[in-house]
Amino acid sequence: MSAGPGPLAPLPDRVVRDPVLLAFADEVGGVDAGPVAVEGGRTQWELGGRSEPGTRLVRAPAGVVAFEPAEMTIQVRAGTTLDELDAALEPAGQRVALQGLPRAATVGGVLCVGLSGPTRLGHGHIRETLLQTRYVSSEGLLVTAGGPTVKNVTGFDLCRVLVGSYGTLGLLAEVTLRTRPRPQATAWLAGPADPADLFDRLYRPMSLLWDGETVWLHLEGYPEDVAVQTAIALEAGLQPMAGPPPLPTGRHSVEPGVLRRFRPDRAQRSGFVAEFGVGVVHGEWPGPTQGTPDASVVTLNRRLKQLFDPTGRLNPGRDPLAPSNGKADHR
Amino acid sequence: MDGTLVAELSASLSPDRVHNDHLEQVLYGRDASLMRGDAGVVCFPLTTAEVQACVRAALRHDRAIVPRGSGTGLAGGAVPLEQPLLIVTTKMTGIEVDLDNRVVWVQPGVINLDLTRHLKPLGFHFAPDPSSQQSCSLGGNVANNSGGPHCLAYGVTSAHVVAIEVVLPNGELAVLGGLGADPAGVDLRGAFVGSEGCMGIATRIAVRLTPNPPAVATLLADFVEPAQAAAAVSAIIAAGVVPAAIEMMDQRITQAVEAFVGAGYPTDAGAIVLVEVDGLPGGVAFETEKVREVCMAQGARSVRVAADEAERMLLWKGRKTAFGAVARVKPNYYLHDTVVPRTKLLDVLRQVYAIADRHDLIVMNVFHAGDGNLHPLLVFDAREPGILDRVHAAGEEIVRASLEAGGVLSGEHGIGLEKQPFMALQFTQPDLDAQARLRDAFDPDGRCNPAKVLPAGSRCGDLAHLDAHHRERLLADGVWV
Repeated sequence: MSAGPGPLAPLPDRVVRDPVLLAFADEVGGVDAGPVAVEGGRTQWELGGRSEPGTRLVRAPAGVVAFEPAEMTIQVRAGTTLDELDAALEPAGQRVALQGLPRAATVGGVLCVGLSGPTRLGHGHIRETLLQTRYVSSEGLLVTAGGPTVKNVTGFDLCRVLVGSYGTLGLLAEVTLRTRPRPQATAWLAGPADPADLFDRLYRPMSLLWDGETVWLHLEGYPEDVAVQTAIALEAGLQPMAGPPPLPTGRHSVEPGVLRRFRPDRAQRSGFVAEFGVGVVHGEWPGPTQGTPDASVVTLNRRLKQLFDPTGRLNPGRDPLAPSNGKADHR
Repeated sequence: MDGTLVAELSASLSPDRVHNDHLEQVLYGRDASLMRGDAGVVCFPLTTAEVQACVRAALRHDRAIVPRGSGTGLAGGAVPLEQPLLIVTTKMTGIEVDLDNRVVWVQPGVINLDLTRHLKPLGFHFAPDPSSQQSCSLGGNVANNSGGPHCLAYGVTSAHVVAIEVVLPNGELAVLGGLGADPAGVDLRGAFVGSEGCMGIATRIAVRLTPNPPAVATLLADFVEPAQAAAAVSAIIAAGVVPAAIEMMDQRITQAVEAFVGAGYPTDAGAIVLVEVDGLPGGVAFETEKVREVCMAQGARSVRVAADEAERMLLWKGRKTAFGAVARVKPNYYLHDTVVPRTKLLDVLRQVYAIADRHDLIVMNVFHAGDGNLHPLLVFDAREPGILDRVHAAGEEIVRASLEAGGVLSGEHGIGLEKQPFMALQFTQPDLDAQARLRDAFDPDGRCNPAKVLPAGSRCGDLAHLDAHHRERLLADGVWV
């Protein structure tokens, strides 16, 4: 190949020069700087285990770096709160699919934990929002994972393993996120109904919650379409509502099909709110839950941690393999 | 020298599914790129257990393994180096629909379009739709994190894969991800998708069922100048509309396609833009009108909405056969797959034309304009003396122009062998080292599709065996890629 394997140098803009990020990397330090973790909004602080005592806590930098509405992407520092993110996007009629998560949470925090909010049925998993991140490695180096464009398959997909890694593989400093247009119309309805029947009759609802008896339906889109979908829901026995029910504390993960088949008895109802079509259950789940991961999956997780953080200094005590079932979530 | 290996594989599979004759080795020495490698033994397992048997046999004989689907990859990802054991998944074509979980489990050899056809009576489809969807396989889609026109609104393969059963490079089985909402551990599923065969072999894949939209409209906008077309693409997105697809074709490719399939494209247009909007009828009507308005405001001569399904299919047929139509112009083509910020599309497109002019080359542009994913085709006749150097030089300039505009090296075709040297333009040494660690977690010995994706020197001791001499031998009969 005449281009050859010869060493091409990275283009100047691919080398991180933002002094704010460099200062954050300095603060995190290298392998000699000891155990370290990022403190965000502490909204999901107990998930994945407790941070080990003696771990130095740092804060990721905050603020919007770049937002070009026609690009439908936004580049923000990881310590930016969801509230600040939303405020930056709102004037352009856009938002990021991080809805239903605590507004005081940081962008970096919710991505590190990797648990989607209750609009996952409509928006997809929150990991899909992350296009690029700059993180500080265990060695204290700034690393870029992914790319800033809305589509990218260049190299191995580090962004995916960083979402949900609880800051045990790298500490997020900056992220570029995909934005979406805000909907023109939105509606909430609720009532006693068969969630499976309703789900099969609707076209891509935003969320469908179920407590064993009552169904809450969230619709978004163009006014005419929301009206047509609303009519289907009304016919099924739902009534307009102001918003979702309070979600009870605790989070379980099940296969979505389990929710179709599970018929709770009277005593089992109302202790939980399940995300139909997704499989997240908030509260006390009386039904069957998912099994433990394969031994080979556990090994892969351990090996990845060993390769990314050989000295175990990144967020010791937290573990993405710690069962989330039954653990308190942010509500 | 392969006698024992062949005997073992024949015992585990069956003799008719283990090949090591010269013809097969030549056939499987290439994919849809122009690179050529050396296949060793080629085997065709039917089941997960047979794939495991293949991997274990390779381990015993200290051979590398290369997974291969339909061989439609454009970056040399499936080109075998140094006579590895080639594990071809084309005979693994099982499909099991799980409506309760709204997923379908497929074996890796299932053809993309066959899956969508299988799901149609149930009211669902598989959203990623690469132009090669009539021949590319799901295993290959997973390996390359494939896209396609409709990924603009629906997302690429990664967003549609829920779980993957994988035979790891050490022969063990693992299910990455899962049907449950929040599988334990980090997202290994996401790491595996797009790993170009370097992390193991997918043997069963659970993909999400996407409901077929109740309404669809396909529009063809016709512009005098490519600049107007590119501006219209940006303006559609800026207007807050995210269509299912926005594709753009310049005059040369439009003319070639029209002569090839007669899709009803205007051959005097400087560029055409194909837009599809889908969803519920109200939104489709609104977005159709909005797209028409925006295109007219950007100077479209006309905007035609396909009147019926037959016309709609014809418009798409033209787009999806574009690469085939190129053969009518010149026998060879070389394309890049860079992505640029949508707002830089016009600027980079102008540079692409200028670069081709400067090197006295023909360039044709047909691409996923909505997400800024360029596919500039440099078409040429490899028999023309000296042309390969010009193609090479122009290709590198296009890559540089795209990256300098803030873009990335590949939107959907992957890196494979072909784009490897350019990785160091986009990533720093620590970036590449981190990617190497991710790969090492799956394949510590570098046994699975070795020497692909990451360039030499991404980490210590990597790819030391692949010297310049070998690289030259990869080129098929003097064809530069």
